[in-house]
Amino acid sequence: MITTQTRIVAIIGSVLLLFGIIELVRRRRLKEEYSVLWVAIAVAMLVLAASTGPLHWLTSAIGAFSESSALYFFGLLLAILLLLHFSIRTSLLERRLTALIQEIALLTASRSSDGEAEFHGAEQDAAASPGEGPIDSER
Amino acid sequence: MSTDRIVIVVPAFNESGRVGDVVRDVARTLPSADVVVVDDGSADDTAAEARQAGAVTLSLPVNSGYGAALQTGYKYAVRRGYSIVGQIDADGQHRAEFLPAMLAALTDGFDVVIGSRFLDRDGHYRPSLARGFGMRLFARIVSLVTHQHLSDPTSGMQLMRIDVARFFCSSVYPTDYPDADILILLHRSGYRIHEVAVQMRPSPGKSMHSGHHSLYYIYKMALSILVTLLRSPSRGSS
Repeated sequence: MITTQTRIVAIIGSVLLLFGIIELVRRRRLKEEYSVLWVAIAVAMLVLAASTGPLHWLTSAIGAFSESSALYFFGLLLAILLLLHFSIRTSLLERRLTALIQEIALLTASRSSDGEAEFHGAEQDAAASPGEGPIDSER
Repeated sequence: MSTDRIVIVVPAFNESGRVGDVVRDVARTLPSADVVVVDDGSADDTAAEARQAGAVTLSLPVNSGYGAALQTGYKYAVRRGYSIVGQIDADGQHRAEFLPAMLAALTDGFDVVIGSRFLDRDGHYRPSLARGFGMRLFARIVSLVTHQHLSDPTSGMQLMRIDVARFFCSSVYPTDYPDADILILLHRSGYRIHEVAVQMRPSPGKSMHSGHHSLYYIYKMALSILVTLLRSPSRGSS
């Protein structure tokens, strides 16, 4: 059972979310890449809220008593997935950031030692590290 | 042996007043080795003091953690063509005089040599209760998995061949807090690990390791060991 009022609120909410996401992408505040999950969630919520079949199926599939609680359950599940997704992205960003921080330290040190090498005419530095470019193979 | 180019990495965070002595200590014990201090975004004079003591300094612009600082040192060693990489803490707890014994063990055919504080019970090192429990537990787990007695997987005093450092330069290395998990990874990747007894000076204060909460340490290490065991063994080089 789902009241018409709940249905309308869910539809309006999903539509607002969808337009909000598109607007953020339009203003370049949100990258297309990151909008995918958001759009998928908004569309999924919209479909569930607007139709009877899929929501009914979902309700019996998860063994919920009312369709509105199935809708909320599903919305919450998607939100948790989204949070997990961002934790993964944050971990990746942190890894990249650490690699960049290390690179800055290594480049600064090699630049100052290159300056010394000019005076002493020592070029063993370049010879000592064949095939090792300034950017390592860490992904 | 004399052809080996050795570099000792000293990760340091706010170790002004101590790091200079550590650098001089290492230079005195191993005159042929270069010392690289990785200043992990310190707010004090750590970098200047290390440079003054004769070390090369790598300054991370942002505090990035113990593992990230160490890995910077490994990258430096790999790029500069060193053949042996050592590491020692900057707070002065480790005594460089044990490095030659560790070096001898490395040349005996091991890939990684760990300076263990527990092999020789000198009594100086006293971790907190929770941490001590965690360290004993993980030492036991590591020993079980690697089929070899490893008493001190947490030790920050290590010596390794450049192959191992190169392996550590990849994404396999945890940049936050490498510990017992790294030993399991090494073992599963086919590297030979050995422990040499070292003694420590009493702790002068908080070390780089104590930043982590003990409970988090236990959680992190348990999870890390579990996923290391779940991953298929990988090795950067043979």
